[in-house]
Amino acid sequence: MADGTAISCQEVVEVVTDYLEGKLSPDDAAILEAHLKLCEGCQFYLDQMRITIAAVGRIEDDEVPAELHDTVLAAFRNRRV
Amino acid sequence: MTQSELVETDLLAQLRAGDETAFEALVARQYATMLAVAMTYVKGRAVAEEVVQDTWLAVIEGLDRFEGRSSLKTWIISILVNKARTRGVREARTIPFTALAPEDDEPAVPRERFRGRDDAFPGHWRAYPARWHASAETAVHDRETLQVVVRAIAELPLAQQTVIRMRDVEGYSPDEVCKMLDISEGNQRVLLHRARSRVRAELERYIDG
Repeated sequence: MADGTAISCQEVVEVVTDYLEGKLSPDDAAILEAHLKLCEGCQFYLDQMRITIAAVGRIEDDEVPAELHDTVLAAFRNRRV
Repeated sequence: MTQSELVETDLLAQLRAGDETAFEALVARQYATMLAVAMTYVKGRAVAEEVVQDTWLAVIEGLDRFEGRSSLKTWIISILVNKARTRGVREARTIPFTALAPEDDEPAVPRERFRGRDDAFPGHWRAYPARWHASAETAVHDRETLQVVVRAIAELPLAQQTVIRMRDVEGYSPDEVCKMLDISEGNQRVLLHRARSRVRAELERYIDG
């Protein structure tokens, strides 16, 4: 069983992305997961990160400037002719 | 074929068939990312917008020749990068993308939120981050909360904006992002990490007050 105290919370917040991207070594991932079992604060942090990623995925499209929109749409239409 | 490859094939067929709705949706969906990429090469929003426009014109022209060796969106971004680079050279503004990555060692969470070295539990949270389970639904659906996210992204350094948009808004794979931006995998991950950490911090400020 990996030792969850081998990593501090301060270190956890710096490797969450590596963890979520599956880029931690199996040993390091095991340590992180053992830490999460012990530490509610880091569990909450990881949840916050997941919620953040979900929120980023739901932002609305920016408004395309009208002139740009009209120019490219006209070109797209002309392509058909 | 994967789900995203199927969507891509459909999209390409729709564009080739002259489906305006599909085209407009794609232009809108890609706009902010394309603008962020262009702005890393050229100076000023107006020039970046021209680069985006020129890119679409080239895409429209090349649509029938596109052979599908890369994904459609990757192809579009590669045209954009070429155009932006050429324009950037003309403006004598050739900063490599990686140079836009911050050099400083900015922590994901401010140091003062952790216990100090002399504490019995060094590096441990002083106070736990809040449990967001109850706010999760709101966070991903509430317009106002999503506006906080939009603003947080807009304030990120351009390289971070580009990477978080490509990864978490557009859903490109790490590999695709590295190829499109010509950056290493490690660099891509650092930019993503910084970007997500900052957006989380802004959300925390908003949700927890």
